[in-house]
Amino acid sequence: MTSKMWVTMGPQHPFSHGLWTLKVRVDGEVITDATPIIGYLHRGWEKECEHRTYPQIIPMADRLCYSASMTWSHLYVMAVEEGLDLEVPERAQYLRVVADEICRIQSHLMWLAAMGTDLGNLTVFLWSLREREIFLDLFVKLCGQRLTTNYPRIGGVRNDMPYLFERDCMRAVERFEKKLWDIIALMDDSAIFLSRMQGVGHVTRKEAANLGLTGPTMRGCGVDFDVRRDDPYEVYDLFDFEVPVSQDGDAYGRYAVRIEEMFQSCEIIRQAMAGMPDGPVRVKAPRNVPAGKHFARLEDPRGEGLMYLISDGTDRPYRLKVRSPIFVNVSASKRLVLGARMADVPAVMGTIDMCLGETDR
Amino acid sequence: MSVSDWVSISDSTANKVSPYEVYNLPYAIGHGLWEIIGGVIAWLINIIAPGNRLSPFLIGDFVTNMMGLFIMVVVFFAVIFIVNLTMIWIERKTLGRIMDRRATRIGPLGYLQNLADGLKTFLKEHIMPEKADKKGYMWAVSIVIGSAVLIAGMIPLSPRWFLADYGTGLLLIFGIFAVSPFMILVAGWAQNNKYSLIGGMRAAAQMISYEIPMLLVFASVVLMAGSLNINEIVQFQMDNTWFIVPQIIGFVVFMVAATAEAERIPFDLPEAEAELVEGWQTEYGGMKWGLIMLSDYFRGYVACALGAIMFLGGWAIPFMDTLVLPEIVFLLKVVLLFFIMVWARGTFARIRTDQILNIGWKVLLPLAVINLFIVVLLKIGGVY
Repeated sequence: MTSKMWVTMGPQHPFSHGLWTLKVRVDGEVITDATPIIGYLHRGWEKECEHRTYPQIIPMADRLCYSASMTWSHLYVMAVEEGLDLEVPERAQYLRVVADEICRIQSHLMWLAAMGTDLGNLTVFLWSLREREIFLDLFVKLCGQRLTTNYPRIGGVRNDMPYLFERDCMRAVERFEKKLWDIIALMDDSAIFLSRMQGVGHVTRKEAANLGLTGPTMRGCGVDFDVRRDDPYEVYDLFDFEVPVSQDGDAYGRYAVRIEEMFQSCEIIRQAMAGMPDGPVRVKAPRNVPAGKHFARLEDPRGEGLMYLISDGTDRPYRLKVRSPIFVNVSASKRLVLGARMADVPAVMGTIDMCLGETDR
Repeated sequence: MSVSDWVSISDSTANKVSPYEVYNLPYAIGHGLWEIIGGVIAWLINIIAPGNRLSPFLIGDFVTNMMGLFIMVVVFFAVIFIVNLTMIWIERKTLGRIMDRRATRIGPLGYLQNLADGLKTFLKEHIMPEKADKKGYMWAVSIVIGSAVLIAGMIPLSPRWFLADYGTGLLLIFGIFAVSPFMILVAGWAQNNKYSLIGGMRAAAQMISYEIPMLLVFASVVLMAGSLNINEIVQFQMDNTWFIVPQIIGFVVFMVAATAEAERIPFDLPEAEAELVEGWQTEYGGMKWGLIMLSDYFRGYVACALGAIMFLGGWAIPFMDTLVLPEIVFLLKVVLLFFIMVWARGTFARIRTDQILNIGWKVLLPLAVINLFIVVLLKIGGVY
């Protein structure tokens, strides 16, 4: 064997969770260099939006990410409402928060499932997907769809919550808070899991800031920032929840942050359901957005999502720019895998929670 | 002359050219079957041509012995094959229970799923990479599969169910057991694929870390029993205690090392599918892949069978001097050990190359040495 060789992991590779490539240069098994290659899933999303009216873009925003469709369409309608200077009814804001948190839980469960296969344990995969099914059922009840929910509307949400949705929601959350401990026990009580996660893919606080990491990836490195708490949108300032932060900076820290986030999401759902006001869920929105530059940000399950909208007074956007959290986070992959072993690549990149739909757009 | 003049069931041990001195059940089955089949053929030939010399030859000792051995091998292999299919079925069903999902679905209780999967791989096209080393590619995998089947055939199921009773016993089995990692290295190299190359290298790294503790445990078992012969080791355990009692450390070390030898989670580094696609098997498709999978289970069977023979008293029932259905008792013990392996697979994650080296050299090797010391002390102290 030559001393060093390039190994191309991807685009069709079990670890990559989507179409992307990580070229790694290995010395034996130790990685000495790495290059991420993305762009296999580029659909010209931003350009395509310029040819659609504002309401027509909502279902497209769903398709930015398969497991976080709710937050992306939510982000889009927030950007447009910013431009329209529209006041959303309070009940609609509560419903959006509930939907966002359900989305966060099911997205994190999807990540946990993928994490299980990355480390070679199918039990974690199937147990996580089993729990995720409950929350997808909630989506079906709320919006009629499992993945591409198409729920938020400019000026509110599409429909009020159905009969007995509150009861179902509470039951799901209560059941989930018990069942998640089973999965945690499977991972945290196993010395093999800990030895695979602890001390690999280490990023310091400063490096995280320089690389522009956001979301759980950043909070796993000790940066205490969450858009929901520090720049609250909708009605997040009314709820009492904690932002989990881990000082570890390794794969285990990011894992622990995501697990705790699921518990906090349950707490938010519970509070939102308890304080749900009566009233309309949607107001009439004008067709044309006045000319100007508008901007919205929110806490996506994967990091900070940002949309920058330039409108020219017509019923179509002049330009819609998406700042995808994973597009930025994947640039950290070289820093993360450097010095690690070949076997650490799935464990480390798994904690980034790749989603190529939003990365390549 | 009627058919009863030609067909007669005799004692298989009375056959003058028989290689077996003791009673051998599969040989007796083959012997008896040929006495029936050959007798009928000889009778029919005698009807056509009365008084010919072929008919007596067909039911003579020489032909009966030869055909008896032939049928015996088929019976022996068929039993092991069915045992392995059952073990795969048990693994899939148990994993289904652990993971809360449906397991196998075809046939009664899903038992025929393995045959369906086998048929599916059989129908696949034979593909060989253009730039692969053809000889290495085919020979390496043939030896991997062949050695697995060979050692499975070398394990006796009971004192009356064996292919050969040989003095080197365990030593030969362990020797052939260790051939496969070398061939995995060759196969990984021959495929001309970086993933399989890394997988092959991992197999080599893994082998040097668990082979030595395993052989030390093997040495302590042989030392305690005073024989390499499997029958004598089991007989020794029946006369004294099962070796799991004095050598519980050795048993644990052996099960960990055997899991690694059989390349099962958590030690399936050479085929780690998360980072290496399918590891050293990446370029093997179709029936070759199916046979590799089957040989994995043969190796798992051998690992569990060795554990049962060396530590759980083989075919003996506790607190009983007589043997009752020894084959069934032995296979039950094998399945029990296999269940532990399946359980581990459902629970653990895959460990890393440097970690298995650490476990092998820093944990298993000292434990195996301690186990050897205990055995030596017990031997010197005259306990055994």
